[in-house]
Amino acid sequence: MLDLMDITAGYDRARPVVRGVSLSVAPGEAVGLLGPSGCGKSTLAKVAALLHRPDRGSVVVDGRAAPGWRHRAPRELRTAFGVVFQQPRLAADPRLRLADLIAEPLRAAGRRGEAAERLAELVPRVGLGPELLGRRPHEVSDGQLQRACLARALVLRPRWLICDEMTAMLDASTTAALVAVVEEYRAESGAGLLAVGHDRVLLERWCDRTVRWEALAQHASSRPRAAVR
Amino acid sequence: MSTAEAPPVLSVQGLSVRFRMRGGRHVAAVTDASFALAPGECLALVGESGCGKSVLASALLGLLPGNARTAGSARLAGTAPDGAPLPSVELLTATEGELARSVRGRRAGLVPQSPAAHLTPVRTVRAQLEETVRELTDVPRHELRSAAEGAAERAAFPADHLDRYPHQLSGGLAQRAATALALVGEAPLLIADEPTTGLDRDLVDRTVDELRRHADDGRALLMITHDLAAAERIADRVAVMYAGRIVELADAADFFGTPGPQHPYARGLLNALPERAFTPIPGQPPELGALPEGCAFAVRCPHATAACDVVPEPVDGVACHHVPVGALATGEAADA
Repeated sequence: MLDLMDITAGYDRARPVVRGVSLSVAPGEAVGLLGPSGCGKSTLAKVAALLHRPDRGSVVVDGRAAPGWRHRAPRELRTAFGVVFQQPRLAADPRLRLADLIAEPLRAAGRRGEAAERLAELVPRVGLGPELLGRRPHEVSDGQLQRACLARALVLRPRWLICDEMTAMLDASTTAALVAVVEEYRAESGAGLLAVGHDRVLLERWCDRTVRWEALAQHASSRPRAAVR
Repeated sequence: MSTAEAPPVLSVQGLSVRFRMRGGRHVAAVTDASFALAPGECLALVGESGCGKSVLASALLGLLPGNARTAGSARLAGTAPDGAPLPSVELLTATEGELARSVRGRRAGLVPQSPAAHLTPVRTVRAQLEETVRELTDVPRHELRSAAEGAAERAAFPADHLDRYPHQLSGGLAQRAATALALVGEAPLLIADEPTTGLDRDLVDRTVDELRRHADDGRALLMITHDLAAAERIADRVAVMYAGRIVELADAADFFGTPGPQHPYARGLLNALPERAFTPIPGQPPELGALPEGCAFAVRCPHATAACDVVPEPVDGVACHHVPVGALATGEAADA
């Protein structure tokens, strides 16, 4: 299980953007988290992926409470997560060729030796041609870069996938293609998914269940940062 | 729509954009695009990422990089807010000075694709709005503040966030800030390049409705988007771009309703929607630097034949050798 327990998080302790939120994802389950823009759902996704330390609350991964976040998270917990962000350009080191970008988590985990084999499997799976692997991010389209970012998220064979608005920048066909890649991976690996987004039609089609942010964050709605009009 | 008789604000004829690359290679980003846009009309330009949509917008605003070569013509006319006709400008050959002085912001407003990159990171939204109001309008100095607040309001940007810096905004709010800036100049042509990226559905609806209102006020609106729902909501006509060419140009009602899209690519695009079949079009778009001789969609097309070795000419707005073919409509209608 991936359990988010009573999470309060934000960027200013006096004004948390996530207040007292709890959410669980079972192994193999796909949970869609629906919320309007600016509501704090991306912050919660970062907490879930151990990328942002909450002010309060805990994240329990397969029965083990995360003892730290970011680089303080133990490697075996960090590598249990694959994360795909909304904007591939902001999530890709512009200096890296796509092949190095996809293999970066292997390098970071000291498993560089597996790169060739993993690339050979993942690159066709996400629909990238071998000719793109030598290019840098500025030489490919958003859709192609997001395909590479998805391959990077899958390269360590994570048990948990966090997709934060993965397809918000993408056209309908690329969206359908990337969702199919995620689902194929989940079907064979049994990985759980937390897909964060605002597209109700998409998440309801994609996920086993969808949770609305408003229903999750009773406290957050008392100070409706999301509802600024 | 109602103003179909009016002379077009923008007429694009045979517009092509080529990028010269190292080693004598060329990238054909836009090929032979033609369309006209009347006052009060909204044309949605849709297609997969990397198909050349944004290059077309950059070409119209003279924002292409130095290695780009354009061909064809793109004439901007339109009328001033007081109703007087504006002199026609050929956008592809106009000098940078002319574009900077009289076109960008004043006669053609741009809602950009990446607001985070478009906004000045070291200045607040209010400062940027006030500067834009000061440069583009005659608002007296003491009214700048209220004019900037009014501009923010029109794009649904919350007033209590005006003193924030771009990095303090969510993606949706940054997009609304950029939209507010684009609307300041009251330009007769509005080019919105992916104006709804990163917004939730309610905000997409509000943003495009706002853009639609600006079109209804007599502006021409070219909305470049991959969001087919947003296009369906406000467009009068739809242009589908594939591998740099407009492969279908149709009335929005026909395209999204019956008889539906005619070009196989356009059908595939609609069928990829989660509310429809949710099946991707197989394969990948071709590299714009290595386009095939014939129809660029043929390798992904279930209907391809030997005829597709030749680039199809558009007939009734559809560039496909196999339209109309009954099999096209019947085979895929069941998916919808």
